[in-house]
Amino acid sequence: MLAQQLVNGLSLGALYALFALGFTLIFGVLGVINLSHGAIFMVGAYAGLEAIARLGMPLWVALPFAFLVSGLFGFLIDALVLRPLRKRNAPHLIPMIATIGIGIAINNAVQGIFGAQNLRFPAGTVPNDTLSIAGVGLTALELAIILLSFALMAALMVIIQKTQLGRALRAIAESPKAAYLVGINVEGLFMLTSFIAAGLGGVAGVLIGLYSNAIYPLMGQPMLQKGVAVIILGGMGDIRGALFAGLFLGFAEVLSVAYVGSTMRDAVAFGLLFLILLIRPKGLFGTTNERKV
Amino acid sequence: MIWFDTHLANFWAVYSNVVLTIGINGLLALSIWLTLSCGMLSIGNAAFMGVGAFTAALVTMKLGWPFPVSLVLGMITPAVLAFVIGKPTLRLSGIYLAMATLGFGEVVRITLLNWESLTGGALGLNGIPQLTQWWHVLIAVVLVLLVLWRMRRSKVGRAFEAIKEDDTAAGLMGIAVANTRMLAFVLGAAIAGLAGGLDAHLTFFIGPQEFGFDRAVDILTMAILGGIGGLPGPLLGAAILTLLPEVLRSLRDFRLVVNGLILVVIVLFLPKGIWDPQRYRAWFGRRLKHADGRAEQKG
Repeated sequence: MLAQQLVNGLSLGALYALFALGFTLIFGVLGVINLSHGAIFMVGAYAGLEAIARLGMPLWVALPFAFLVSGLFGFLIDALVLRPLRKRNAPHLIPMIATIGIGIAINNAVQGIFGAQNLRFPAGTVPNDTLSIAGVGLTALELAIILLSFALMAALMVIIQKTQLGRALRAIAESPKAAYLVGINVEGLFMLTSFIAAGLGGVAGVLIGLYSNAIYPLMGQPMLQKGVAVIILGGMGDIRGALFAGLFLGFAEVLSVAYVGSTMRDAVAFGLLFLILLIRPKGLFGTTNERKV
Repeated sequence: MIWFDTHLANFWAVYSNVVLTIGINGLLALSIWLTLSCGMLSIGNAAFMGVGAFTAALVTMKLGWPFPVSLVLGMITPAVLAFVIGKPTLRLSGIYLAMATLGFGEVVRITLLNWESLTGGALGLNGIPQLTQWWHVLIAVVLVLLVLWRMRRSKVGRAFEAIKEDDTAAGLMGIAVANTRMLAFVLGAAIAGLAGGLDAHLTFFIGPQEFGFDRAVDILTMAILGGIGGLPGPLLGAAILTLLPEVLRSLRDFRLVVNGLILVVIVLFLPKGIWDPQRYRAWFGRRLKHADGRAEQKG
């Protein structure tokens, strides 16, 4: 029973971590709390749905497609809104307010186009097989979620730790001005980061659409709230932290549903968050005030 | 005059709720402005509003006490709650404080949701007597404005300013940073509670879901959009965010799309919020200079 719960928690947590990954990447590099990330995530889910249901793509094509569509949104948001705000030296909460406006606009545009009702992926998008080890069941979907999320996170971590690009991103996170002075193309990397972060959100959107079997225009809002919790808990802008905090939230939710009751799910998760912040004011992994990638 | 009166009466019959909501949202925006002016990003005000709303409504409905008493209790309860959680929470700074208050807000919302015997659970409280009159809201807004305005010019207000700029330096200058922060936090909670009490007695119905994350973000947006440089800012922001969906009603399905885009445009062109006297002075000044230049050329 406990083992089964832990497996469920692992797949839910991997989804939270994947969602939070793009969120924390934007914060780490651009220094913006991007509250349109929930809307971008939802756009990814709809893009995946359209690709599969209308264009007949298989899931493994639909996922990169959702990545591209969401990534394009992220790129446009950066080019049209965040970049002008950077040029104007807007105070630090202002970009966040702008992303709230963007989120409202996107959510309602999608609602206007697709309607407010729940949509579903066609049956059979993911095979219905269940892997069973020692009485613990793992569906094909859960397995795919866990593998894909961890692969994407590992890839991102390798890029950031080992490559030239990653070094440049870390330099920007430390200080955009200094990075610019040593010849790093700061604006270009801001746009690339926005693209990748949004794309990752889009992939998370498809996976959660499959996992919860519900796609609707406001599906990003509850995720946003959890995403904020995850990146704070993990230390702002810290990718490894987002991974652990995402898993932690997944486990906390699944276990509180199993042992406390489903109505208390969010109370347990957020109550724990509140307590952890009181004990470790910079999050579980945060050690300094500085932003990190 | 009769023509005017009937039109006014019609207008009021249709729009009184909107006008009063502007006032209540204005109170909420001022409540978060207070903590922001002390350099704290606390977004627990939606929860404090909820606690105030439920307290006031329950006092009216279950105890049958007079409206002013329930309003006062609706202010005291969140203030006490703020005092209790403020002690450990206010050590946090910046985004971490925001997050802790958000976490607290969620806990409050879910407690309201699960305490069915008292709060009605997910169904909320129905049939709250509609006691809020326009002049109640007006008096509340004016009183809160007076208090905040007076405070800004006092020693306390200057302490807020100093803490906002640099809390370490403020501490070294002998300002009791922790106590001053606590004061702003508790007062902000009381104002949010007042808004909650007025709202509960205006809308007939309150439910726990109204006081969650979305409301918290709304309140913050009103204050920042309006501009936190002065007291008129939050009120302006509240008025605009309340009116926009009404004004855009003819756009139907896509009205909130336009609403969101307008938000973005305002932020793009007025990054310090709408109430930004310096910017207007700069614009106005430039125009005057142009006029002078033209005059000189003519001369």
